[in-house]
Amino acid sequence: MSANLQQSTITTAQAQRRPFLGMRHQRLAQRVMVYALLLALSVLFILPFMWMVSTSLKNSEDVFTYPPSFFPTTFLWQNYPRGWTILPFNTFLVNSLIVTFANVIGNLISCSLVAFGFARLRARGRGILFLALLATLMIPREVTIVPRFLLFSQMGLVNTLWPLILPAWFGYAFFIFLLRQFFMTIPTELDDAARIDGASSLRIFFEIILPLSKPALATVAIFAFIGNWSNLLDPLIYIRSQELYTLALGLNLFRGQNFTQFNLLMAVSIITLIPVLTVFFLSQRLFVQGVTLTGMGGR
Amino acid sequence: MGGGFDRLSPRPSRWTRQAGASTGSALVHPTTVQVRFGHCENGHDHDFTVAGGCMAIQQQIEQPAARPMGKPKLGKLARREEREFYLFISLWIIGFILFDAGPILASFVISFTNWSMMTPPNWTGLQNYQRLIADPLFYTAMWNSLYFGIGSVGFGLIISFLLALLLNQKVLGISVFRTIFYLPSVVSGIAVAILWIMILHQDFGLINTVLSWFGIKGPGWLVQPQWAKPALILMSLWGAGGSMVIYLAGLQSVPQHLYEAASIDGAGPWMKFWNVTVPMMSPVIFYNLIVGFIASLQGFVLVLIMTNGGPANATLMFGLYIYRVAFQFFQMGYASALAWILLVVIMVITALQFLGAKYWVFYEGETVR
Repeated sequence: MSANLQQSTITTAQAQRRPFLGMRHQRLAQRVMVYALLLALSVLFILPFMWMVSTSLKNSEDVFTYPPSFFPTTFLWQNYPRGWTILPFNTFLVNSLIVTFANVIGNLISCSLVAFGFARLRARGRGILFLALLATLMIPREVTIVPRFLLFSQMGLVNTLWPLILPAWFGYAFFIFLLRQFFMTIPTELDDAARIDGASSLRIFFEIILPLSKPALATVAIFAFIGNWSNLLDPLIYIRSQELYTLALGLNLFRGQNFTQFNLLMAVSIITLIPVLTVFFLSQRLFVQGVTLTGMGGR
Repeated sequence: MGGGFDRLSPRPSRWTRQAGASTGSALVHPTTVQVRFGHCENGHDHDFTVAGGCMAIQQQIEQPAARPMGKPKLGKLARREEREFYLFISLWIIGFILFDAGPILASFVISFTNWSMMTPPNWTGLQNYQRLIADPLFYTAMWNSLYFGIGSVGFGLIISFLLALLLNQKVLGISVFRTIFYLPSVVSGIAVAILWIMILHQDFGLINTVLSWFGIKGPGWLVQPQWAKPALILMSLWGAGGSMVIYLAGLQSVPQHLYEAASIDGAGPWMKFWNVTVPMMSPVIFYNLIVGFIASLQGFVLVLIMTNGGPANATLMFGLYIYRVAFQFFQMGYASALAWILLVVIMVITALQFLGAKYWVFYEGETVR
């Protein structure tokens, strides 16, 4: 009872004080809390990267000392060239570049054409086709991998880079959706004016829509780049000969052969991540925009 | 108004389009399905409505056609436009038939055979499905995938939402923090798998090192069956930044006046959170739950590298099991049957989520019940 009373007097006292000082203090305290939490979480999120770099610079003994030290006692930069030359990683790099760029270009061309159709041209059946397009995003990959494999083996394309490249040239629902969303923000008045001047749909597509959609196209290019660069499943299924290995597949082979050499594994892993990280840092804004434009992560 | 629930006008012109782009929605050809998604105009102004997007999806599913299809008489121009439409999307249609619809039907047919790729297939009827019912690994794999899916999506939701709330506090250096949290979700694939094999290592791993500072002896994350799935969930949480960005955009599009109104009514921060933020964000959360869950049921490449399903099948995910049956045992028929079950399970779960959503997802423009 008395405790209750005390409580209520305190709260009224606080309430009276609030307009002068309390509020400001409270805000400050809240601010400090937010920053403390953010900093702590940032450390948690960055720590694995630091660990990666630190391990890549350790010598073989340091990797397996107990308890492990966070900082390497040596800075063995030669781990990087050493790891890279154990397997023909240069060949793998070239294959990865071929596959990735073929995918990026294929996606840009096919998806922008299709997205233009869905965004700008009226036709019966468009709505149902658009639903079918979105539905393909929900289909588990496992349902299609077996028949796709059979298809490509019928075509004699197993153990070539084609199965990794061809599908991108026939559109990908996520990118089509993203581009369509963007195209719809471009005022139709521009198309109408061009049409009155006698422009064809193809011309409107090339001369009005595409030039105005550079940010969206860049976003698609970035997503396609990053998605394909780290793709392991398809190479694993389709590629047999080592001279056709992509970086991801090569790294997998490397891991199988040098399972305990964590320093070399980390060094090569970091090299394979460099292109992705570079692209990300150069184009962060587009990235975030792409994610929010569709409400989907780019994975 | 961000994905408001405006109706078709009674007599729409053939090509009705909403005035400003900022409304985040556009009406399409009235005789076809009404499709509407949110969007944002540029990177700075997050006048963005994932909410609108989710709503549109649900709307499409609940009311497939905006109005009964008549037999519209098309003029010459309209017919030309229709031809052009099909020309523009022809690449996708070919791809859809070759790589999506065709394979789905094919795998359905294959699931009734015993095809091994070496010998011609024999029709075996329901044998694959009978085998599946009696296959203990089928249940193990399904349970593992559901465990991982629920765990990673549930904890992922909490963490990414928390991060988004923190970043929404108008903090200085928001873009730096955003980059830090988002970065791990960008890197993926085998490099990440190798990194986490090391982080989770029983004796020399980062996590157990940190735990040892507090006098805790960490478990053998990837070698003890009871810890393997939690370890994978932990790893998936590192990528929570991906959905954080989506939540952040959603938070920034909640109209400020709702908070002001709540303040006037005497609501504290907690009340505001539960009565304004959560309902306004529920479509975004809902959407992320569906997409995240489907994705988590599918991903198995990391698992393939990190544990290959072990220890003691504790991480044998459903996708991994299909991959194994198909590409290591070459039992294409059985693999196809498993894949079809997965498809059905995903459809059922998605349908259940949509049904459940009625009770907790709030779409702007709905009247408050």
